[in-house]
Amino acid sequence: MTPTTVVSAAALDAEPGLDAFGNDPWWIILIKALAVFVFLMLCVLMMIMADRKVMGRMQQRHGPNRFGPWGLLQSLADGVKLSLKEDLIPRTVDKVIYIAAPMIAAIPAFFAFSVIPVGPEVTMFGVETRLQLTDLPVAVLLVLATASLGVYGIVLAGWASRSPYPLLGGLRASAQVISYEIAMGLSFIAVFIYAGTLSTSGIVEAQQNIWFAVILFPSFVIYLITMIGETNRLPFDLPEGEGELVGGFMTEYSSMKFTMFFLAEYVNMVTVSAMSVTLFLGGYLAPPPITTFWPGANEGWWPALWWLIKFVCVMFLFVWVRGSLPRVRYDQLMKLGWKILIPIQLVWITAVAVIRVLNNQEYPGYVTAIVIGVFGLLVFLGLWAWSRAAAKAKAQEAAEHEAELRARRENPMYGGFPVPPMIAPHYGTSVLAEEPRYQPASAPKREEVSGA
Amino acid sequence: MGLEEKLPSGVLLTTVEQIVGFVRKTSMWPATFGLACCAIEMMAVGGPRFDIARFGMERFSATPRQADLMIVAGRVSQKMAPVLRTIYDQMAEPKWVIAMGVCASSGGMFNNYAIVQGVDHIVPVDIYLPGCPPRPEMLLDAILKLHDKVQNTKLGVHREREIEELEQRRLRALPLIQQTEEATR
Repeated sequence: MTPTTVVSAAALDAEPGLDAFGNDPWWIILIKALAVFVFLMLCVLMMIMADRKVMGRMQQRHGPNRFGPWGLLQSLADGVKLSLKEDLIPRTVDKVIYIAAPMIAAIPAFFAFSVIPVGPEVTMFGVETRLQLTDLPVAVLLVLATASLGVYGIVLAGWASRSPYPLLGGLRASAQVISYEIAMGLSFIAVFIYAGTLSTSGIVEAQQNIWFAVILFPSFVIYLITMIGETNRLPFDLPEGEGELVGGFMTEYSSMKFTMFFLAEYVNMVTVSAMSVTLFLGGYLAPPPITTFWPGANEGWWPALWWLIKFVCVMFLFVWVRGSLPRVRYDQLMKLGWKILIPIQLVWITAVAVIRVLNNQEYPGYVTAIVIGVFGLLVFLGLWAWSRAAAKAKAQEAAEHEAELRARRENPMYGGFPVPPMIAPHYGTSVLAEEPRYQPASAPKREEVSGA
Repeated sequence: MGLEEKLPSGVLLTTVEQIVGFVRKTSMWPATFGLACCAIEMMAVGGPRFDIARFGMERFSATPRQADLMIVAGRVSQKMAPVLRTIYDQMAEPKWVIAMGVCASSGGMFNNYAIVQGVDHIVPVDIYLPGCPPRPEMLLDAILKLHDKVQNTKLGVHREREIEELEQRRLRALPLIQQTEEATR
């Protein structure tokens, strides 16, 4: 069960076209880069509009509908207005980092899109090329790396603002993003085991038979959750929540720098959605029902359409979740990321690896079934033991609480809570409210004198 | 601020004024400054029935640095006054203020020593909106009047000329007691 055994035994349709890259003339590369940039900017504008209109419809109201047909040009107005606003730099901020932080947040977000495959070989202006800016043997690692770089922008923004709310927001945002990045990386591992490669075009090609979202469903679900946590969107947007932290790490930013943060957030959303489409939803491959009656669906420029449809569906999921779920509290968020998502994935990856090795080594089907059964049983037992432990802890806590209440009822001085001394003099009489607890035997007896 | 203020007078400046005014009014972000009962009506304006999102204003920004419009919704006590001024100062430059409700406009029913008798004692106000509380439709009307004002603001050289004209007109204005005779004549 060494890694080399797995690799050589697996049908490596991975890395098919890595030699298709690196041969483009410079002007094709320029066109592709420009197309990626324009697409990202348009996506951001459209996503802001979709956010507002779709969420508005979910809340039974119209969104913006004054500027442009159906209000679609509203985000353009937002952008232009923000560029015309005064560019404040508060006096006490750390200037260099304050100005650099939005750029550090925004620029990596654009990089990550360069390895997303949008289509197979097409002919563009007389040159045969794939619809992808570039590819690497470790393309997915590039995406993870740029996501990590983006975290710097957030934490530096919070730190450089030298103000309590941005600092708290920046720290929370960076802790959240880092912990959900780990869960995201783990959800990729199952994909890598099945695809045999980290290059995005290879992963898409490996999904020809069946999408990874179907066979690796737990990884897909966990990826969707971490995708939302990674981009600081509801229900995980505590670092930006208005009631909690004013504006979070963006509090002290106005005008263009704020625009760059806004842009970075939405471009990150676009990138993680594109990754989900590439890694789990079959990339640019046509959904299976279509290929049965239209074999040409995977030729030429048509795959770009399938990619776009899948991408729009995942973006709609973002907006849908935002409109439906309340915000998760910060400790619940961290608990979810570390104590629930990561252990589940570790068990799942172990199961996937074992099953994959069994399949590669051509073990008979019943062995695989037994292994799956054993795993299922172990998971079930683990969950059962955990729920019993939780119930026991709860019962114990209830018993302790009950004991405390009883002690309080019986003895009013329990717990040392400050109660006024029973011997405090009160107006109108020299008779004490209660008999003094400790009266020395030599004290004279008091007589009742009414002050009335 | 910036390039649009430094253009020379003429058709270019007029066009830029119209465009800049249009953009600023289309995307005006309010700062949440709900203090008292008027805040409830402001929240109602953000709700589905009186949707303020139609005008692009549903992004109430909690941080003043990103806000354009401060809707002072509610009575301002003497203790709150410096806070109000601080928030106003922290807003970035093209900024407007709506005094919502009678308490913000003039102290309202609280004619006493604890409430500031009108926030124009503290910040310059663009639109006064009476009502106790004003209905959400009244707030929307005030916002639309402010949009008109913003659309027609002049920039740069034109603005300076406008300020001079206004000043001359006010210097020529009659005292109030003589103004009614003029109106009826």
